[in-house]
Amino acid sequence: MTERTAQDISINSIELSVDGVRVRVAPGATVAAAVLTVDARTRTSVSGEPRAPLCGMGICFECQVGIDGVPYQRSCQILCSPGMRVTTCGEPSLP
Amino acid sequence: MKKDFDILVVGAGPAGIAAAIAAAENGLRVGVVDDSPSPGGQIWRRGTQPPTAARRWNDRFEAAAVVRMMGWRVIDCLRLTPEGGILRAECNTPGVQPADLHFRHLILATGARERFLPFPGWTLPNVMGAGGLDAMVRGGLPIEGKRVVIAGTGPLLLAVAAQLTAHGASVVAICEQASLAQMAPLALALLRQPGKLLQGAKYRWATRKTPFFTRCWPAAALAEPNPGPGSENEPQPRLQAVTLHREGKQWTVACDYLACGFHLVPNTELASLLGSRIQDGFVVTDQQMRTSIPAVWCAGEPTGIGGVDASLLEGRIAGLSAAGKTEAARALSKRRPGMQAFARALERACRLDPRLRELADDQTIVCRCEDVRMAALRGRSGWRDAKLHTRCGMGPCQGRVCGGAAEFLFGWSAGHAHPPLYPARVSSLMEEAEEEAMAASSSHPAIEPE
Repeated sequence: MTERTAQDISINSIELSVDGVRVRVAPGATVAAAVLTVDARTRTSVSGEPRAPLCGMGICFECQVGIDGVPYQRSCQILCSPGMRVTTCGEPSLP
Repeated sequence: MKKDFDILVVGAGPAGIAAAIAAAENGLRVGVVDDSPSPGGQIWRRGTQPPTAARRWNDRFEAAAVVRMMGWRVIDCLRLTPEGGILRAECNTPGVQPADLHFRHLILATGARERFLPFPGWTLPNVMGAGGLDAMVRGGLPIEGKRVVIAGTGPLLLAVAAQLTAHGASVVAICEQASLAQMAPLALALLRQPGKLLQGAKYRWATRKTPFFTRCWPAAALAEPNPGPGSENEPQPRLQAVTLHREGKQWTVACDYLACGFHLVPNTELASLLGSRIQDGFVVTDQQMRTSIPAVWCAGEPTGIGGVDASLLEGRIAGLSAAGKTEAARALSKRRPGMQAFARALERACRLDPRLRELADDQTIVCRCEDVRMAALRGRSGWRDAKLHTRCGMGPCQGRVCGGAAEFLFGWSAGHAHPPLYPARVSSLMEEAEEEAMAASSSHPAIEPE
């Protein structure tokens, strides 16, 4: 990982958390992209496989995560907002 | 909540935008509903960068007197008559009441999705669609210095390769399943559209350091070995390399991402739900983009995969026709045959090599929602039989991913679409949702005011 410069931080002005890990993203970033910057997977499949986004356009449902306590949200269709708490399959979806 | 429109457009990609502008310019009350957080569809997806492509269309759409419902998806049709109907939509933001969208005329501009084909390892994290990875990068995923293999078929591969290269990715290979001979007629068709040819040349120039293989596809995506002791969670397999296949030869390429899509399949679920005539997978329309159902038009990729220019043209025709400007629509429709010829050439160029049917082995998952493996599907008599006996296509994506694969692998065509078109909250399905919502605030911030 390269170190973030001050400019990066001003561009990446939105801070949220993914499974308790703080991450900064630029305005307009999707929750799916934020998740992928800290972890490779979003959910666990019915047979226990780790899964991550596939289609990027809201049709495959592989990118479902919990957001602020609400489970099963398609992270590719939702934009990051400050203070958002995202939970992937490794964490309980409900508070 | 209740919303009333003269013309309702489903989809805010190029076709939907063009349709909405054309209708609004004729003084009609126009609403546009789209699942994405911002307009533009997939090709003009905004993400973290300001929109550069299609600035003119974007500006016109922003300025148009159109009610934009972004982050809403249509889940059902409550009523449809020749005089109009009602679609129910659900908001992606939790807690927002569903909306009943009343319309006199409906324009379907639902776009297309990538076709995915199963091969060993395709369910691994970091294996995505070609457009899928592009969407992630536009959505803020850092790609600089990452090694990417791009595979599948169609012009999207080169476009995505150029885009990712511009973002600093190291695209190590572009693998096109078609042969040069198969693609040659497309190049000839492109001679009539120099703009597209030039764009293709620009993309190839931008990716000139990347080898472009024809008749080449991924035989398997390989996971990195389980992390050793000291890793916090349980081992998480993720992509490490891709084994590529070309004319009997196989070799393995290390990479961080595999972006793989086999051209596009149209989104026809809503058209199917409404009972519109669909032939060979595409919505049938006349030259004015009218479907077989009165009051319903269709424009863009669902009528044939013709790309952005065809979508803009068809959107304009549909918008004008739905607004009653029949003469103007008819004049524009004279330009359609050329676009349709390109779509047909594109389809032939992207025809899938039958050997791709052999990629999945018995253990390969075909339906990712229900983890249905290839072995379970062999011997099933059709899509419905497979659904009933294996749960293939019964998960949240409702066959949007595995349906395109099953069509190619087994020749099964998906049946009629049923409501809800997407997984929906129970409250959205209840009859009284409308009244409840009307009592609630009708000016939620997710809907921009007129």
